[in-house]
Amino acid sequence: MDAMTKKELSVIATKIRMAIIDGTFGAKSGHPGGSLSIADVLAYLYWKELNIDPADPKKADRDRMVLSKGHTAPALYGALALRGYFSTDLIPTLRHVDSFLQGHPDMKHTPGVDMSSGSLGQGISAAAGMALGAKLNGETWRVYTILGDGEIQEGQVWEAAMFAAAKKLDNLVAIVDNNNLQIDGTIEEVNSPYPIPEKFAAFGWHVIEIDAHDLDQIEAAFAEARAVEGKPTAIIQKSVKGKGVSFMENQCSWHGSAPNAEQYEQAMAELKATLNGLEG
Amino acid sequence: MADVIKKATREGYGEALAELGAKNPDVIVMDADLAAATKTGVFKKAFPDRFIDTGIAEGNMMSVAAGLSTTGKVVFASSFAMFAAGRAFEQVRNAIGYPHLNVKIGATHGGISVGEDGATHQCCEDFALMRSIPGMTILNPADVVEAKQAVFAAAEMEGPVYLRFGRLAVPVVTDENEPFVIGKAKTLAEGTDVTVIATGLLVSAAVEAAEALKAEGISARVLNMATIKPIDREAIVAAAKETGAIVTAEEHNIIGGLGSAVSEVVCESVPVPVVRVGVNDTFGQSGPATELLKIYGLTAENIVAKAKEAIAMKK
Repeated sequence: MDAMTKKELSVIATKIRMAIIDGTFGAKSGHPGGSLSIADVLAYLYWKELNIDPADPKKADRDRMVLSKGHTAPALYGALALRGYFSTDLIPTLRHVDSFLQGHPDMKHTPGVDMSSGSLGQGISAAAGMALGAKLNGETWRVYTILGDGEIQEGQVWEAAMFAAAKKLDNLVAIVDNNNLQIDGTIEEVNSPYPIPEKFAAFGWHVIEIDAHDLDQIEAAFAEARAVEGKPTAIIQKSVKGKGVSFMENQCSWHGSAPNAEQYEQAMAELKATLNGLEG
Repeated sequence: MADVIKKATREGYGEALAELGAKNPDVIVMDADLAAATKTGVFKKAFPDRFIDTGIAEGNMMSVAAGLSTTGKVVFASSFAMFAAGRAFEQVRNAIGYPHLNVKIGATHGGISVGEDGATHQCCEDFALMRSIPGMTILNPADVVEAKQAVFAAAEMEGPVYLRFGRLAVPVVTDENEPFVIGKAKTLAEGTDVTVIATGLLVSAAVEAAEALKAEGISARVLNMATIKPIDREAIVAAAKETGAIVTAEEHNIIGGLGSAVSEVVCESVPVPVVRVGVNDTFGQSGPATELLKIYGLTAENIVAKAKEAIAMKK
């Protein structure tokens, strides 16, 4: 990836992180930790990978993105707003009455949301259904879905994994955000889904392992996925929960709690410093 | 009764799907390894490329169906009622109901008449579960003729529909020339003393009961309530006003199904006695379907007895 693109995407990822902090602070609730860990991959998806048009969110041949780990909606809303689907002014209305920025994604009311999600394990199935629909219609658009590493404890994920491989859905890419933390502890402590790459490979998927915060690796992974034929691709990204906000990094406690005023100021100051550093 | 045609409503499901498939290339039928039993095998044979088997994974099937429907497909997702409404309830609620997607759930083997497979497979809770999902339409045809009409009507409307079909062959009581309208009850017999509101397999028993009551000088109206939701309030209110007593009859737990739906309307409009015939809040057991129907009181005789109770309760 050239330096210019990397800088552009890094700026966007940082702005997505700021939106996550703005949204969860405004909501006084929500899930900052797992939102912060997917900011980089969302920046890459929405600015480089997906064939989409924010002016025409329902464009028939668009690529689809299903946030299977729907509780990290603050990150998705940040990406969608910054990409132009709706005003960034709406970010602080997250989780407020009458806002279309629901606690979990709502395809009926939020421009750019392709599937309602949030009940874990279901998004990957819906994404597989979309990928199958594209195949049946002879269309070439692709489907992307982001899962949590805790989420893959849901049995339905493996029903979907088996199905997508059996139906040869090579137009489907599942990104597993491996930040190693869930509500009750580390994923090993709670109920280990490791080894994750081997499991997807055993289910018949093409597997790529990357660092979730390395844009070069992200770019290479999606390019590799495009070339895969006859099987779906799983990108297992090793990430840092809470990435970009020092006191939120690698802390279970930031899975589902919002920053208070003081924490908000500190988080935003850190992210602004990051932004200034990037923009020079 | 020897000349009466008897056929299971699930046969109508399979036949109607094959007819729909010929007319509409966007119709996709899904199943979870029960194509022979649910009769989706009829569609599979005619349109193998549009038949998607998820294997034994009903939860995944419902969420895949949701995703498929967003690509313009009219998806019929099929399994036994126990697994379609029961096991996959949360997928139906969140992936299909909440976004109000155009998925039709074809649930066969509803009720106690599943027979020998026993309680694990005798779903008498599906109406209760599906009724509680906002925006869900619930159809429960009485016979093979109405089953086909219900499938066509479901395909024509936009939004989620739960269709319940039975395993057991049942007599044809409806007229194919009479149009099927979702949300409208059909009057099968006029009457003034009591109304029997029946659905599905109990409709033929209700007709039989009305004839028996007539022989005793009791005039019973019979309504075929093929749509459980949205319930036909108008027909229920008219029945309450004009006959003053109601008996409901369904192959479902008396909690949460047709009896509950009718009672809710009656209580809030024209309070009159409502007596429910159904599975009396108990699990079933193995046995021949016709014997089980007798054991659990899903018979014309019981409807007659309950009709008399309802009439006796009139003020």
